[in-house]
Amino acid sequence: MDPSAYVILSAVLFSLGGLGVLLRRNAIVVFMSVELMLNAANLAFVSFARMHGNLDGQVIAFFVMIVAAAEVVVGLAIIMTIFRTRRSVSVDEPHLLRN
Amino acid sequence: MTPVVMAAAETAAATGSTGEQVTFWICGTLAVVGALGLILSRKTVHSALFVALTMINLAVLFVTNGAPFLGLVQVIVYTGAVMMLFLFVLMLVGVDTSDSLVETLKGQRIAALLLILGFGLMLVLVLGSALNGITAVGVAGADEAAGGNVEGLARLMFTTYLLPLEVVASLLITAALGALVLAHRERWAPRQDQAQMLKQRMARYKETGEHPGPLPNPGVLATSNAIGTPALLPDGSPTDLSIPAPLRGSVHSRIAGRPDEIEADVAEVAQIASGQETTRPEALGPVTGHEDPATEQADEQADQHADDQDGGKA
Repeated sequence: MDPSAYVILSAVLFSLGGLGVLLRRNAIVVFMSVELMLNAANLAFVSFARMHGNLDGQVIAFFVMIVAAAEVVVGLAIIMTIFRTRRSVSVDEPHLLRN
Repeated sequence: MTPVVMAAAETAAATGSTGEQVTFWICGTLAVVGALGLILSRKTVHSALFVALTMINLAVLFVTNGAPFLGLVQVIVYTGAVMMLFLFVLMLVGVDTSDSLVETLKGQRIAALLLILGFGLMLVLVLGSALNGITAVGVAGADEAAGGNVEGLARLMFTTYLLPLEVVASLLITAALGALVLAHRERWAPRQDQAQMLKQRMARYKETGEHPGPLPNPGVLATSNAIGTPALLPDGSPTDLSIPAPLRGSVHSRIAGRPDEIEADVAEVAQIASGQETTRPEALGPVTGHEDPATEQADEQADQHADDQDGGKA
């Protein structure tokens, strides 16, 4: 099987995740789109590892997963804090972080 | 690593073409469908489930790419932990929150679509031409040399990538601490005991005339005894006070609380009691929410009450 098919699939998924980040307003959906982009990058890393025949790409993908897990924890905590004060998770509140 | 997954990975790597191609096309298509569902579905819960679908399919693709360990970690960490965390937060934030379709920035959608279309085309074309004709070496050799996929990953992680591993470990601890700090809520006012709350309630009764006793029970009528059905006051008018705050103003309570509907029920019961044929008016007119200032005020008071209770529990 041509290994570039996986890379192209990951490019498509990455683009769709970026589209979600740009189009959606709900902070949680935006966050899930970011997760999708990270996952797409992981697929590219894994298929690159297969192309080169060593495991370095898989280790990098593993690190990406750990960083994504940490990011989810902090990000969701921030979203909860914002929701508690604003009663909304829309990213359209433009003056949220001012002052 | 479970032998089944290892065997599946080995057969996928060994048989190469047909089996792997079928897997790729099925799982790749499903992954793209999940990504599209994430963007297109209005409800946030549906988006979360679509992302879970994408992640599971990506896990299968990891396995076919000779990364069975990462495939399992993907299922356990992403679909198991991360997506369920997302669902928990969704439930806390409110399942019914759906996006508004109003564009706040003019032309933002079109611009975003064009930008992503161009970006995606560029990525696909560049990668496609750059990787054209490249054959994969396969990680089977690297796995063999280390004695297995997990062993190979572990060897790399604790030798070459030891420093990144330590940094990532401290990052995880920091993230956990950060979540604790962010989720912590300071108590601004001292905790109120029952006697103080009683005094406040009576003071409110003295000032605003708010009923100090318990709220009325949900209505039990001929049509419905659901919790969304408002109770009837002694004069026969429905009251929203008996409906829990999250249900107040929802479709259920509006339908159940229509005075004309209740009158029709009463008439129907009377007819049945007198042994006549039931002639129930079908066209009762459009459903309208009855929103008067008194209800709004009651809403606010109920919310405040709920907040007080929250503060007491925290």
